[in-house]
Amino acid sequence: MTPELNPAPYRGESLNQPTLLITPQWPSFEPERALNLIQKEAEWVGLRWVRETTQRRSARNGRPENNGAHFSFGVMIETLIDGHIAYAGTSDLSDQGLLRATQTAALKAKEMATRKAYAASIKERPTSVGRYEGPKGRWLDTEALATLSGHLIECTHRLKVSEAIVTAVAEVSLIESEVWYLTSSGTNLQQRQFMTGQHFGAIAQDSGETQQRSLNGPTARCQQGGLEALDWDQLEAACEGVGEQALALLKADNCPNESLDLILAADQMLLQIHESIGHPLELDRILGDERNYAGWSFIKPSDFGALQYGSPLMNVTFDPTYPGEFASYRFDDGGAPATREFLIKEGLLVRGLGGLESQHRLGLQGVSNFRSSGWNRAPIDRMANINLEPGHSRLGDMIQQVERGILMEANRSWSIDDVRKKFQFGCEIGHLIEQGRITRILKNPNYRGVTVPFWHALAAVGDRSTRNHFGTPYCGKGEPQQMIRVGHASPACLFRNIEVFGGAP
Amino acid sequence: MKNTETDRDLFQALSNNLYSSLRQSESMTLQLAAENQDYLRFNQTRIRQITHVEQIRLSMRFQSKGRRVAFSLDLTNDLDADTQTLLSLLDRAREESKVLPEDPFLSPFENHGEHHENHSGTLPPLAELLDAMGFYEARNIDLVGLYAGGSLLRATTNSEGLHQSFSSDSFFLDYSIFTLNIAGENKAVKGLYAGQSWSTPVFHEKMAAGEAQLPVLRSASKRLEPGRYRVFFSPKAVDALIGMFSWGGVSYAAYRQGESALQKLIEGEVRLSPHFRLEEDFGLSLAPRFNSVGEIAPASLPIITDGEVKNLLISSRTAREYGLSGNSADTAEALRSPVMAPGNLASGDILRRLGTGLYLSNLHYLNWSDRLNARFTGMTRYACFWVEDGQVVAPIQDLRFDESLFTLFGSGLEAVTEDAEIIMATDTYNQRSLGGTKVPGILVDGVRFTL
Repeated sequence: MTPELNPAPYRGESLNQPTLLITPQWPSFEPERALNLIQKEAEWVGLRWVRETTQRRSARNGRPENNGAHFSFGVMIETLIDGHIAYAGTSDLSDQGLLRATQTAALKAKEMATRKAYAASIKERPTSVGRYEGPKGRWLDTEALATLSGHLIECTHRLKVSEAIVTAVAEVSLIESEVWYLTSSGTNLQQRQFMTGQHFGAIAQDSGETQQRSLNGPTARCQQGGLEALDWDQLEAACEGVGEQALALLKADNCPNESLDLILAADQMLLQIHESIGHPLELDRILGDERNYAGWSFIKPSDFGALQYGSPLMNVTFDPTYPGEFASYRFDDGGAPATREFLIKEGLLVRGLGGLESQHRLGLQGVSNFRSSGWNRAPIDRMANINLEPGHSRLGDMIQQVERGILMEANRSWSIDDVRKKFQFGCEIGHLIEQGRITRILKNPNYRGVTVPFWHALAAVGDRSTRNHFGTPYCGKGEPQQMIRVGHASPACLFRNIEVFGGAP
Repeated sequence: MKNTETDRDLFQALSNNLYSSLRQSESMTLQLAAENQDYLRFNQTRIRQITHVEQIRLSMRFQSKGRRVAFSLDLTNDLDADTQTLLSLLDRAREESKVLPEDPFLSPFENHGEHHENHSGTLPPLAELLDAMGFYEARNIDLVGLYAGGSLLRATTNSEGLHQSFSSDSFFLDYSIFTLNIAGENKAVKGLYAGQSWSTPVFHEKMAAGEAQLPVLRSASKRLEPGRYRVFFSPKAVDALIGMFSWGGVSYAAYRQGESALQKLIEGEVRLSPHFRLEEDFGLSLAPRFNSVGEIAPASLPIITDGEVKNLLISSRTAREYGLSGNSADTAEALRSPVMAPGNLASGDILRRLGTGLYLSNLHYLNWSDRLNARFTGMTRYACFWVEDGQVVAPIQDLRFDESLFTLFGSGLEAVTEDAEIIMATDTYNQRSLGGTKVPGILVDGVRFTL
């Protein structure tokens, strides 16, 4: 039977006007019937059906900018023949379309098996049965579209604290995703996720200077759950603060060019973790699959259990169970059950980020992160929720420990080499720390370093009061390319003697 | 296998069904993006993953009384089912337009006429690619990358009668050849074979040119200290640099909204070199001239000439907001078919003119570091060499640079090669992209490396 999605009508009776819930007349599709139709076409067949709605609502400078939605609907069929799995994705869900896709995949599996990279088997597609429904919270049928639109416009007014604010943007994404994975070996998994994303940003311009500021950096505020993430009273007040800071940055001094102590807030730690821990630990990068695009890794298979990645204060987990974090799930797209695992324990590298295929190819332990960006892409090793576990330092204590340093917030720029060693990152705002206290703000704060020495310079890890979880919908990787959602929870952290620099005088 | 004719027929029928359902004061544009592609991923000269994709995406822009609602969806290829889904979305769009605030910068949809291009091609049987893999594996060549090939269709209609389409059969083979140098470091050279008519001998020629660089890549690599160096950027590296002009740079909206890295150039505070000329030129035939609402761009549009900005890209929405004339840019106001003019540096003269410095084949992961000054950072990647007195001495250990476009295409630009390369787009996020660039190599003095 067709799974039930969006059972409520979009016209909420109590609101008597369009709510945020959109219920198109989806084409009918029965995944279990479809599997029965195609499962004899290969030694083993998998079918992953995806239905996803992504709304994007935004306003700029007091006016509506975008109001729309994308509705994704299709299947990825997997066929195993002669030790090779081939994929065919289609949105043609007629019997003929499904059979054509399956037969195409089967033909290509047989043809490619003659030159396959390794011998695949159904061990990499374990038989799993289960469901996951992420936190839904207050969902879209409880709020009128006009109300959200009004809040977005009001936020742009709050951001524009001065005529010098040339751009004030407020944007919300609302995502509902359902994946049903069925295989000829008995797997039957249904997973639903409800997500929101938000961005509130201001650009200030005056006398030849331009500065931007946003709430936690563009795209960082994304999570699972519902509209409870949008506390409008709080957001509208926060927008005024964002506008004021953008304005203040116009008159701020540049970040100095020197080596000093650096405190990164959780909304920059997300990027630091993502680029210099997440990507280099991906097993498919270590296997070389990504060498032609995203890159290789400085990590070698022999480094697991041996490489001291950073300070003993460093504990990093793969945690698909973190409530509300953006990439929480119960099974990956190969059907492997997902559990929390330590990747780095007390600074020692212990486990990589790779699903069952990579684990078998390398003979190493991994995690359940074999994921795809949609129905038209094959799963590969991806980050999900990669978190730095909290320590014991209060933010005030870390600041007090700094003779001369900078506290940086909110990512603005990111670049790292193809083996994930030499990086350069920039933030929206810096706070100069002198003699253990914050003295003034700085514009154009940037820093650069090399991954392992940088993590060895970790001198303090913030406690739970400094922790927050963020994420991004835009982690890019793979050939063909895939953009996927990831989450990162982290406390604020102190690093010693880091090279920082600012913009041109 | 489905073909583009089936997709065209479905699109036309859906257009008819939707437009006949519109009411007075309502208008609509429909845009189709369809592909039928093989994506063949390989590593160590062996097949890692093959994915065949049949995809038909439809975008609907609905306008009524100064409101716009935009929906997009995957079509099932069943006319009745797709019509029902779209009609339900039309109802929803109507409902939304009644409660959304008015958007004063909407442009009415217009009939820009008919425009059709079809570029058919000859794609390789996958067996030929497998044979080629076998050939190179037997020679111990470590090849990694992606083959993408098949048909692509873009089409636009609107309720005012406009009808445009662009279709292409094409392929690209984007690959790297890896080797170990004498110190056990990984080194690689990158190649791209792209076009509409596959030829195995041509592919082997390109591979041979790549393999010819392996002996020098296997020698000990040179570690350079941060500092300023003379640099030759190959056309592939220049392609990456030109990409930065589309990241806010040449967009008029970005300029007015404080997001353009070219603000100082636009306002005449800085000038670029007279050797640098950039234009949008659809003569490349790699991308459709019509944009997502069917406006047809000029066949060519000068962007930067004589060191100055001649035109910024202006969409109809931006034109309305700022009281300008648009130039049929798409919403993102990014370059869709950029061409940089060649110069007079002969290919045989590149190393001699470089003298002592860096020869960079590819760049990696560029991002702004000081946008107001057009300064950005990135890494060297693949076959990059140290050159002394016009002779290639050694491959380098990869370096991070942090430099301004105003230096690279302005005060530091010494020469531009007389040969330019067409580089087809290899982006495949969500769908395979159309488009490409035509760019020469450039010789620049005083490029700053930092790490």
